[in-house]
Amino acid sequence: MNMIADPRKHLVVVGNGMAGMRTVEELLKLEGAGRYRITVFGAEPHPNYNRIMLSSVLAGDKTVDEIVINPREWYQQNGIGLVTGDAVAGIHRGDRSIATASGRVVPYDKLLIATGSRPLAPPIPGLGLPGVCAFRDIADVDKMLAAARTHKRAVVIGGGLLGLEAAWGLKQRGMSVALVHLMPTLMERQLDAPSGQMLQRDLDRRGIAFFTNGQTEEITGTERAEGVQLADGRFIPADLVVLAIGIRPNIELAKIAQLDVNRGIIVTDDMCTSDPDIFAVGECVEHRGQTFGLVAPLWDQAKVCAARLAGDGEAAFQSRALATSLKITGIDVFSAGALMAADESDDEITLRDDARGLYKKIVLRESRLVGAVLYGDVGDGQWYLQLMRDKTDIGALRERLVFGRAFAEAGGIAPAGPDFAAMPDDMQICGCNGVCKGVIVNAIREKHLTSLSEVRAHTKASASCGQCTGQVEALLAFAAGAAARPAKRTVCDCTEASHDEVRQGIRDQKLKSMDAVRAAFGWSKPEGCAKCRPALNYYLLCAWPQEYRDDARSRFVNERVHANIQKDGTYSVIPRMWGGLTSAKELRAIADVADKFNIPTVKVTGGQRIDLLGVKKHDLPGVWDELGKAGMVSGHAYAKGLRTVKTCVGSEWCRFGTQDSTGLGVKLEKMCWGSWTPHKVKLAVSGCPRNCAEATIKDLGVVCVEAGYDILVGGNGGVDVRVTDPLVRVATEREVLELTGAFLQLYREEAHYLERTAPWIARVGIAYVKKRVVEDADGRAALHARFLDSQRFAQIDPWTERVMGVDAYEFAPLPELAGA
Amino acid sequence: MAGANWKNIGPLANIPVQGARRLCLKHMGRPVAVFRTSANEIFALVDECPHKKGPLSEGIVAGRTVTCPLHSWVIGLEDGMAVAPDEGCAQSISVRLIGGDIYIHLPEAASAA
Ligand code: SRM
Ligand SMILES: Cc1cc2nc3c(=O)[nH]c(=O)nc-3n(C[C@H](O)[C@H](O)[C@H](O)COP(=O)(O)OP(=O)(O)OC[C@H]3O[C@@H](n4cnc5c(N)ncnc54)[C@H](O)[C@@H]3O)c2cc1C
Ligand code: SF4
Ligand code: FES
Repeated sequence: MNMIADPRKHLVVVGNGMAGMRTVEELLKLEGAGRYRITVFGAEPHPNYNRIMLSSVLAGDKTVDEIVINPREWYQQNGIGLVTGDAVAGIHRGDRSIATASGRVVPYDKLLIATGSRPLAPPIPGLGLPGVCAFRDIADVDKMLAAARTHKRAVVIGGGLLGLEAAWGLKQRGMSVALVHLMPTLMERQLDAPSGQMLQRDLDRRGIAFFTNGQTEEITGTERAEGVQLADGRFIPADLVVLAIGIRPNIELAKIAQLDVNRGIIVTDDMCTSDPDIFAVGECVEHRGQTFGLVAPLWDQAKVCAARLAGDGEAAFQSRALATSLKITGIDVFSAGALMAADESDDEITLRDDARGLYKKIVLRESRLVGAVLYGDVGDGQWYLQLMRDKTDIGALRERLVFGRAFAEAGGIAPAGPDFAAMPDDMQICGCNGVCKGVIVNAIREKHLTSLSEVRAHTKASASCGQCTGQVEALLAFAAGAAARPAKRTVCDCTEASHDEVRQGIRDQKLKSMDAVRAAFGWSKPEGCAKCRPALNYYLLCAWPQEYRDDARSRFVNERVHANIQKDGTYSVIPRMWGGLTSAKELRAIADVADKFNIPTVKVTGGQRIDLLGVKKHDLPGVWDELGKAGMVSGHAYAKGLRTVKTCVGSEWCRFGTQDSTGLGVKLEKMCWGSWTPHKVKLAVSGCPRNCAEATIKDLGVVCVEAGYDILVGGNGGVDVRVTDPLVRVATEREVLELTGAFLQLYREEAHYLERTAPWIARVGIAYVKKRVVEDADGRAALHARFLDSQRFAQIDPWTERVMGVDAYEFAPLPELAGA
Repeated sequence: MAGANWKNIGPLANIPVQGARRLCLKHMGRPVAVFRTSANEIFALVDECPHKKGPLSEGIVAGRTVTCPLHSWVIGLEDGMAVAPDEGCAQSISVRLIGGDIYIHLPEAASAA
């Protein structure tokens, strides 16, 4: 084909991995990028993905789709040629071209090698058997997941970061996991012996079996792997063997092309190899004798390399102190710099609390911090890292340094939480992406960011391994709170008004429609947005239960169609089971309806009832009709309203039961069902303090005792587990019902939309709640009466209504076009 | 007059104000969401969110936008473009209102059948 010559130079990238693509991303941001036409070759069949998160894919916390960094469309949109599944096999420096495995020959003007590294394979027999794999790419994870589906026993060889994350992932997938490690303690290059032992103890408790001091002699098996034979005679049976003993820079191509190589491809500070037209970045390079195995320095390399490609003659790579952490949920490890004193002139300071599982060690040299190992609480890790990088003179802090930043800087008084105001702007928050406090705070303020996902989108902070998520969230609260409008959270971007102001306005000015509210508060968008409309709809419904007509168009799909939308667009149906009780008749009806409508999944929920999953939208009325005939009504599993009342068997059957917890649960559910609330509400009644109904993590829980009933409120079992606060002990069921009604009404009238009872009580204080519903008897009676009054209008079963034809258009698609 | 590729899909009244209905077109393979705003304007998009194919016809319609029910991306009804910082585009389909009826412009493959 004849083409008009492209005036741009051709940049060819070998390796579609993390370092190579970050270099291209950095290049695109620079003005000099216009001089290149870019083609990328990747040996893997996938677009560029976040290799770090393979551990999360293995553990089931993420899907492969979710870890893609740049999808294929990104390459298209940026005019980048992408060839996947075809490895580059040779570089011809003479005529400046590369050749791929499939025979393509492509000329380049500049070449970037970013081939990463390969897993180390020790010279032991049995490595080639099916059922043996490494942990490096998606193909490896696929192999492990396939094995986890059909087999039981896994052995991981290697007790470093990769091996431990592999072991934990496989454990999460239900395999029984053993880990063989050559050394006496785990992660010995990042952890000293005491912290390595604490880590081993914690993982041992989570069910991983450790074989330390274990030298692997052979992987046995004929058809596939059957076990691992250790040199000292120990034998561990296995269906899957994962090798994670280390990595080696992937330098084959560079070697054949006769570039200077040692352990890695040798690069100078400008990321250039011994050939001025060939650059290299990532785990394949060696810089001043150092090779790399974590992403943070690769991002610096990418920046430098991109700047050089774009014509900057100055940019230079400098390697900095690095920190390691482990991505295993609930295990917090941080390590940077020296693990222990090198000689007598160094000082080590340690702090250890075995009962709480805390360990801290810092290493000091000539009034500078040169190392830190933290186990259990890693909140100060980035601060220590910064002190090391800046070579700060810590003489004045010496005695307090090990107790952490807050304590050290406050001169001995520990304030709560990190002090962001005092934190310097160049303090690094996200280690993976090298994002500092200042960058995050500026982005939040200038772009008015209000959520973690927005901060991730705009700054990349916490977008890689996720370890710093808590810090970024705290920073968000700090920066958004201190922004132009101090301490005021508006309902949404359409208005300057807060939730409390809107609620008060509705009551005081007798506003009875959304339009009236929007007019009174000068909404910027005439019909609001998807955030404020559901909130206003609820506030109006709560204030004017008799007059206000619910606006279906302002409800999230689940509340509009009275079923939960699933990821494939089908719905789930959960009928109410009062207090967790059911009967043969109900179960039969559920079975019949599952058969009749071909419902693929029937599941017992975490709320003591049965979920029918995968119902097609147009079948919903039919399903409800059948259930209704057996006396069942909506369980409101989709509603910001009363969900379940969980109970235990109680005095009716249980040898410890003190009261009829089941019966009381049913009474509570009969009183409360159908009510709309700011967020969902869950109740529970336990028959004795053994608390089998888990009442202490519910919005309102009742624990029965000989003397009566303990009422507890504000618990939450979700994202942030919160144990209830005790409200009051009462003697009779009647009092439980009145207090429950009053409490729910107070929550209904005063909490912000989408605020559960736990954060609401954390905000207003349990003392306030007690004052309103315990100490003030008249107030309590009035709240309870208002609750019952609004229930008169709310307790209409939505399923029955729809079986009768309400909103029928919701459940039928438009008629199909004839001939189209 | 509507041309050959314009098909009548029924009266405006079939679509709820500030809402949408789904239209299944056998030959197009993918369902279409037909939206009606509070100002009685009509728009149509392929009923697949650019994020993870969520059914846009189930979203909350506000002004000329719809919020996807699955993960709350906001999509412009006129052009199908996602509102920043999200990026992506749902295919937009031409529609017209003629004498109280909605006409939809079918892509070639669909109308040829
Ligand atoms: C079905 C069920 C899981 C199961 O198979 O067991 C479930 C399913 C969902 N839960 Fe749940 N939760 C279920 C019990 C729970 C429980 C356990 C319980 O109720 O005892 C909890 C922890 C207790 C608590 O709420 O404090 C729970 C904490 C959550 C949370 C976190 C809430 C929080 O305040 O942090 C969410 C997210 C949210 O609501 O925003 C959530 C959200 C969801 C959603 C609605 C996600 C969504 O938006 O689509 C899931 C809907 C699935 C569906 O369509 O049916 N689910 N969810 C359980 C239904 C119980 C029922 O019978 O109604
Ligand atoms: C499971 C796991 C967990 C990790 N966790 C962390 C962590 O928590 N924190 C951290 O900092 N780091 C972590 N790492 C390390 C991090 O992923 C690497 O440092 C990083 O991916 C290296 O980037 P790279 O571009 O040099 O190599 P890669 O990302 O491996 O990219 C190299 C690419 O080049 C391709 N390639 C190789 N040869 C050729 C050829 N001849 N032709 C075409 N393509 C070729 C390869 O297929 C590969 O896709 C983890 C790694 C793994 C495997
Ligand atoms: S059911 Fe609950 S815990 Fe399970 S995936 Fe859905 S939201 Fe998460
Ligand atoms: S599918 Fe639409 S926002 Fe995720």
